[in-house]
Amino acid sequence: MQTLQRTPLHGRHVELGARLVPFAGWEMPVQYDGVIAEHRAVRTDCGVFDVSHMGELEVEGPRAGELLQGLLSNDLDRIGVGEAQYTLLTNERGGIVDDLIVYKLEPFRYLLVVNASNARTDYEWLKEREVRGSDVRDVSDEYALLAVQGPRSIERLELPDAKPFTFALGEIGGVDCMVNRTGYTGERGVELLVETDEAVELWDAALDRGAKPCGLGARDTLRLEVCYPLHGNDISPNTDAISAGLGWVCALEKEFTGVDELRRVKEEGPERRLVAFVMVDKAIPRAGMAIEQGGEVTSGSLSPMLDAGIGLGYVDPAAAAPGSEITVDVRGRPRKARVVTKPIYKPAT
Amino acid sequence: MAAAESYPEDLKYHREHDWARVQADEATLGITWFAQDALGELVHFEAPENGAGVTKDSSYGEVESVKAVSEVIAPLSGEVVEVNRKVVDEPETVNDDPYGDGWLIRIRLSEPAEVESLLDAEAYKQVLAEQ
Repeated sequence: MQTLQRTPLHGRHVELGARLVPFAGWEMPVQYDGVIAEHRAVRTDCGVFDVSHMGELEVEGPRAGELLQGLLSNDLDRIGVGEAQYTLLTNERGGIVDDLIVYKLEPFRYLLVVNASNARTDYEWLKEREVRGSDVRDVSDEYALLAVQGPRSIERLELPDAKPFTFALGEIGGVDCMVNRTGYTGERGVELLVETDEAVELWDAALDRGAKPCGLGARDTLRLEVCYPLHGNDISPNTDAISAGLGWVCALEKEFTGVDELRRVKEEGPERRLVAFVMVDKAIPRAGMAIEQGGEVTSGSLSPMLDAGIGLGYVDPAAAAPGSEITVDVRGRPRKARVVTKPIYKPAT
Repeated sequence: MAAAESYPEDLKYHREHDWARVQADEATLGITWFAQDALGELVHFEAPENGAGVTKDSSYGEVESVKAVSEVIAPLSGEVVEVNRKVVDEPETVNDDPYGDGWLIRIRLSEPAEVESLLDAEAYKQVLAEQ
């Protein structure tokens, strides 16, 4: 039996009465009050998530940029120090090893924030391909990560305005942290990288300023409404970025692992496309359900904002245009849905 | 507002976390406080049709929360005479009042003797204690 890892905030979660569940080898809060109330808090005000389970890798050295440019899909040369970029770690078949955010800390030093379930794989992937002049380190144990998200998050934390996908060192309630203008909810907000032993103090400061504790349940419904893919569900080493609608993070004019295959898929057109859909019939789609138009649901839930079933799934390109009607097999019952333009829900800010 | 944990003495229970309120040859069915708490806020009730047959120990519908789906097991056999439309329209009613407004269906019993096999509140609480 595997022992679950705990974040530095585990004690706080227990005190708050969170429902804790195993997730990617960690014992994590899935909800405190309830998924719907937490979801609404993030859409209307401000919520705080413990996402310390996520992995952090540092790549440093005079050839660090060169190493990453050859392994990541997006063009790393487009960002400077103080900027971040959403990108993919790809395999030779154009499949997605992981999706991640890369932060340029210094001219020769990068931070990669990666999915918890892939942290080990990503580290080994990079380490095996390390070149002289590029040092890859797993620094996950040194940091906790808190996401503070919602239209009032910046105001509540008394932070200056800043552009999305930038970062700076900052201080909240006397705690120094790296303030990243990134997130997984579609709302304004920040992700705060903090040294492990100061995580509790930062969490308490966020709660003092009115952030509502939110669990992984709301994190999932929030990201689904704005159609951010979840690795392991919507994207995987066996699905390519073009089919997944992530061509916009693939710089096909540069050389990186799997680029030839991605160019081919782009040229010939994908066999299936990842689409967003809203149920027309009253039903909730779930991952794994068959879609009659040649594919399956990869993520599904009730949308708290739309009060309707929503999902992401792969379908035949002929059924992928917004407006197309598709049929989801809900445990033997055919239920109609309509393909919609992403995002399914557009945040007000 | 979520209800506080309770298992009323006047109800009969099935170990799959369902309750029955038996009145003459009819029974009102629902899920227990434990079941709704384990699922979280209900967002969908896939109800049977009026007139459909239900069989003791078999599923007659589904309840879903944001994260999970659960079959609802019939504690008794019979024919559906009424579906609680309030729960179909506002499934969270089950969380608010699992034994009152949050009932699911009413059936006409086809095998009234089955009632003898159900648990009383004490015996059901024992089932919960063993989980």
